[in-house]
Amino acid sequence: MKILVCISKTPETTSKISFTDDNSEFNTEGISYIMNPYDEWYALVRAIELKEQHGGTITAINVGGSSNDVIIRKALAIGADDAVRVDTDPSDAYDAAAQIASYAQGKDFDLILTGKETIDYSGAEVGSMIAAELNLPFISLASKLDHDGTTAVLERDIEGGVEVIEVTGPLVVSASKGMAEQRIPNMRGIMMAKRKPLEVIPAVETETLVSTVSYSLPDEKGGVQMIDPDNMDELVRLLHEEAKVI
Amino acid sequence: MSVLVVADNSKGKFKKGALEAVHYGHLVAQLLGSECHAMVIGEADQPAQLGKYGAAKVHHLSDASYNHFDGQRYLAAITEVAQQIGATVVILNHSSAGKSLLGGLGVKLKAGVVSGANSLPDITDGFSVTKNVFAGKALATIKVNSPIKVLSLMGNSIPPQEVGEEAAVEALSVADPGSSITVKEQKTVDGVVPLPEAELVVSAGRGMKGPENWGLVDELADTLSATTACSRPVADTGWRPHHEHVGQTGVAIRPNLYIAIGISGAIQHLAGVNQSKTIVVINKDPEAPFFKAADYGVCADLFDVVPKLTESLKKFKAS
Ligand SMILES: Cc1cc2nc3c(=O)[nH]c(=O)nc-3n(C[C@H](O)[C@H](O)[C@H](O)COP(=O)(O)OP(=O)(O)OC[C@H]3O[C@@H](n4cnc5c(N)ncnc54)[C@H](O)[C@@H]3O)c2cc1C
Repeated sequence: MKILVCISKTPETTSKISFTDDNSEFNTEGISYIMNPYDEWYALVRAIELKEQHGGTITAINVGGSSNDVIIRKALAIGADDAVRVDTDPSDAYDAAAQIASYAQGKDFDLILTGKETIDYSGAEVGSMIAAELNLPFISLASKLDHDGTTAVLERDIEGGVEVIEVTGPLVVSASKGMAEQRIPNMRGIMMAKRKPLEVIPAVETETLVSTVSYSLPDEKGGVQMIDPDNMDELVRLLHEEAKVI
Repeated sequence: MSVLVVADNSKGKFKKGALEAVHYGHLVAQLLGSECHAMVIGEADQPAQLGKYGAAKVHHLSDASYNHFDGQRYLAAITEVAQQIGATVVILNHSSAGKSLLGGLGVKLKAGVVSGANSLPDITDGFSVTKNVFAGKALATIKVNSPIKVLSLMGNSIPPQEVGEEAAVEALSVADPGSSITVKEQKTVDGVVPLPEAELVVSAGRGMKGPENWGLVDELADTLSATTACSRPVADTGWRPHHEHVGQTGVAIRPNLYIAIGISGAIQHLAGVNQSKTIVVINKDPEAPFFKAADYGVCADLFDVVPKLTESLKKFKAS
């Protein structure tokens, strides 16, 4: 089975978020990056499990500059066989998706996996865009995925439950929690990753359809009002009369 | 020129987010001086009711083969209708269906996409909307540069309002491209409001000590008719199901009321819940970081105070 796993980077989760240039740019100073958890914990690990069951190859792909190589090497250390970096800073989700689709076109991947969303922009767009570009079926939010080489059986998270789905032929899947368990790369994996191929390819031209024009920080909370634990009637009164939420 | 809203439904019933999306579509259409059309796919309970929320016309694809969500066929159908009516803005609910379709529609319609928009567009200089980024730590204003725009509307952002009468429903048929997707089964729990739509949420963390103590949480939630949630370690250790996990790597929610019981308030947890309108924190540690993000705090042992809160709420409900 030939599997392509799309990985992206995102600011480390405890990062302090601030902006520069009159709040028009994200301030990257002092920010360290991690592999997007949905890509790493679920999409990549499930790809490795499927390879362990059925054989095949796993290619990890990232769209970004050379500073992303650290994250790509981590994917190789966890278990991808080789990697590709499309050498451009993507201008929006469509740019990233178009680059990946252009690489995947004609390469006959049986399965293309993404995380369900990145934890910075929470777009959940790239997977469905790749699928549309390649005219492949797309299953979002999959918390289970089995694949025997021709047919995939999935569980997809829906409101209040799951949907069991079968898809024949190549497909694009976005992974959510439950699909696999996080794996920590071991020493051997890290050593081997250094020798695995990482191909850098040039970007194709795309159109920028959306742009972030400014950022702001949410309004600060007014401060907490402490309630006497022996007076829950007072809390209920405040929720009703002051907050008006019950 | 028109605004097209895809009103998704589950087993024939419109989701709350679908009504919000229709009403939002109506407001967007007003801003742009155009008309709001709703599209309904599969069996649905009185599609005409969408008129009340502002749809001038409802297009109904009622063919039973569309009753189950199939991303491939739905995408083709929506694309066809959007092109037919010349939609300049297509609006989806930011639901499981919406998230499946959003990017694909962007590609098919050559449209810029904003996922999880939470404000009306600003059209003074082009077309821009806001959305939460960095898991709610910031708000971004996104400008869509393409002639056609595709948005999904974040739940609980714009309350749906009744503004009119029932709308005319037009039966729809579309070209069927076929599909390699088969939906085998839907396993859903009825009667529970799904987390992203819930207005009241009761959530608990490791302070609960073990799954055997969840009766406390359930009773409080039942009294309020609230949906239950949990912190990540609680889901990871199997005390609660994964779909209850809220936070940066779980479900992001913005209910009116979020009650956090025995949760420390780690930054990754706060990220997914800090958009809640009112936050109540119950924790025995006065230094718990969650108090800084709370509106109301109770510093006490949860095993004492949660039953008392449930009692007080029962009294309130009875009065
Ligand atoms: C990349 C990454 C992503 C993450 N994503 C998420 C996420 O999406 N969601 C999430 O929740 N976490 C996430 N985490 C984990 C997060 O950092 C915290 O570890 C987690 O939220 C802690 O859960 P908790 O508050 O239930 O447990 P704890 O931190 O152990 O807190 C338990 C709290 O209960 C209180 N308590 C104990 N006993 C009582 C009692 N009897 N009465 C009252 N209070 C009591 C304690 O004072 C304490 O504050 C993530 C971490 C990482 C590294």
